Amino acid sequence: MATLLIADVAEGRLGLDATAKAVTAVRPLGDVTVLVLGPEAAGAEAAQIDGVARVLVAEDHALAHRLAEPAAELVRGLAGGFSHLAAPATSDAKNILPRVAALLDVMMISDVTAILDESTFERPIYAGNALQTVRSRDAIKVLTIRTAGFDAAAMGGSAPVERVPGVSDPGLSAWVEDRVAKSGRPELTSAPVVVSGGRGIGSKEGFEIVEKLADKLGAAVGASRAAVDAGYAPNDWQVGQTGKVVAPNLYVAVGISGAIQHLAGMKDSKFIVAINKDPEAPIFQVADFGLAADLFEAVPELTDKL
Amino acid sequence: MKVLVPVKRVIDYNVKVRVRADGSGVDLANVKMSMNPFDEIAVEEAIRLKEAGKAGEVVAVSIGIRQAQETLRTALAMGADRAILVVAAEDVHQDIEPLAVAKILAAVAREEQPGLILCGKQAIDNDMNATAQMTAALLGWAQATFASEIVVDGDQATVTREVDGGLQVVRVGLPAVISVDLRLNEPRYASLPNIMKAKKKPLEEKTPADYGVDVSPRLEVLRTTEPPSRKAGVMAKSVDELVDMLKSAGVV
Ligand SMILES: Cc1cc2nc3c(=O)[nH]c(=O)nc-3n(C[C@H](O)[C@H](O)[C@H](O)COP(=O)(O)OP(=O)(O)OC[C@H]3O[C@@H](n4cnc5c(N)ncnc54)[C@H](O)[C@@H]3O)c2cc1C
Ligand SMILES: Cc1cc2nc3c(=O)[nH]c(=O)nc-3n(C[C@H](O)[C@H](O)[C@H](O)COP(=O)(O)OP(=O)(O)OC[C@H]3O[C@@H](n4cnc5c(N)ncnc54)[C@H](O)[C@@H]3O)c2cc1C
Repeated sequence: MATLLIADVAEGRLGLDATAKAVTAVRPLGDVTVLVLGPEAAGAEAAQIDGVARVLVAEDHALAHRLAEPAAELVRGLAGGFSHLAAPATSDAKNILPRVAALLDVMMISDVTAILDESTFERPIYAGNALQTVRSRDAIKVLTIRTAGFDAAAMGGSAPVERVPGVSDPGLSAWVEDRVAKSGRPELTSAPVVVSGGRGIGSKEGFEIVEKLADKLGAAVGASRAAVDAGYAPNDWQVGQTGKVVAPNLYVAVGISGAIQHLAGMKDSKFIVAINKDPEAPIFQVADFGLAADLFEAVPELTDKL
Repeated sequence: MKVLVPVKRVIDYNVKVRVRADGSGVDLANVKMSMNPFDEIAVEEAIRLKEAGKAGEVVAVSIGIRQAQETLRTALAMGADRAILVVAAEDVHQDIEPLAVAKILAAVAREEQPGLILCGKQAIDNDMNATAQMTAALLGWAQATFASEIVVDGDQATVTREVDGGLQVVRVGLPAVISVDLRLNEPRYASLPNIMKAKKKPLEEKTPADYGVDVSPRLEVLRTTEPPSRKAGVMAKSVDELVDMLKSAGVV
């Protein structure tokens, strides 16, 4: 058995946390070869993850923005000899891997939370309201891994790095631009502390209250869908069934009611604190500590006193 | 240009899911079912393209049990022109995997020759997020997933995608498969007169065999369980008390 693990690469840099967690997840499945669609430096960093046997680097123009069509062709071409194709469940992997699976005529197995044996996997369904254990009958198993529940593999390895040729671009789609918000804060899915705001924040300006608390705690900032839809926060802050899945040590929910679709993205956090003026808000049913109070008074006071 | 919109009948998003005690699955008998919320957005977008003169006909397709007719009637009431129901399951508890759905959709597309297939990004029951990508692969078409804006211009579409780092804009040549995200639009409600009119719109019934597709599952569901639940914790009476509690729990 051997796994081809597609590394998380964003803006030309290795997403080390997600990649190292995915290595831990697939390690029991045998040899791990990491495929880096990106620069050599990202490959060199991936080679230091403990448990990686080999790194393949494919860097060329057609792959620069990880467009699904050329990336899927490349992965399909490399798939021979592997029993498993896997990747951390990033938006890139969710874009590319189902395309690869269909090209190989096998099923996709998305958002795997546990690998029970070579063909048996656990995954959440119904926004995390149920856990399904599935056994695949396919010759090659194609998985995305929900990394939140795995510890990152340590560094200290020195796997050999090989270049693989790129692919000819089928020319079906073209990259136009990336609109990436820059922030000095930690990345949402790997931050040890996350402070999220909901519709209760009431405005884009109001989000500063949440951001100040986040900065005090060295936290990443998240948001509910309602807050993103209302334009208070950018889309990449959304936590939940259709947003990001986070499991930090501490999750602070401010002005968020606790709809199941939001809980789907944060209920595996180790410690949850909720601040909401409605003592009946469902978020309190999953919170370790709650405070029923007006956020516009309570949150600045909390930021001061911490 | 014809637009094909696959719509899935799923448990209504407001219904609290009940996992059967024997681990055999989720109880769907006598539960309110609705159109997958992402698919309502896809139908809405197709109708808007038609209203803007960029699309000709809007065809809704559903694959599943016969009751998916209701979902197709909803799409017709919103404004789709006709519908295709591929009856592939006998029982509400038998779901068809994305690979099989994609094979059927690809076959329908070869017959119908749409310029665009507008899928939901994910179905809220299985959350697999795979059908659009698989359909595009099988047809050898371009794909643009997680769309929050679609601009169709001649034989191409410019699509803004919601991705982990923010937004990515891509241009795809048509025909293409696009999967839609929640912020693309706000779907309309069907008016009563339109619901009545929808009853007379054509709805064709097919089977997977008509398309030569084998829908036997590749994944065997061994068991379905309830996730570990969290217990409600302690309420603080003031910010000061909350600060003390956080400090003694060692989380700050
Ligand atoms: C298919 C689908 C997918 C979805 N995916 C997601 C997802 O990924 N993520 C997500 O978050 N949602 C998602 N949703 C939406 C979800 O159902 C809820 O609508 C959303 O989470 C509500 O956001 P909220 O809690 O911020 O808003 P609300 O439910 O409106 O809650 C606002 C809360 O703020 C409190 N509040 C108001 N003012 C104050 C104040 N001054 N001080 C303190 N508290 C105050 C109120 O008491 C209330 O509890 C999805 C929905 C669907 C249908
Ligand atoms: C009750 C239940 C029982 C199950 N039993 C089994 C079983 O016995 N064996 C087994 O192997 N698996 C079973 N499964 C798992 C299931 O087959 C797949 O995991 C599931 O189909 C995942 O895909 P999705 O529907 O989430 O598709 P996604 O890829 O998330 O759907 C995305 C989009 O594709 C389109 N689409 C998807 N499905 C359809 C459709 N049917 N018609 C029209 N458009 C569609 C829609 O536009 C949708 O928004 C079961 C699942 C459930 C809920």
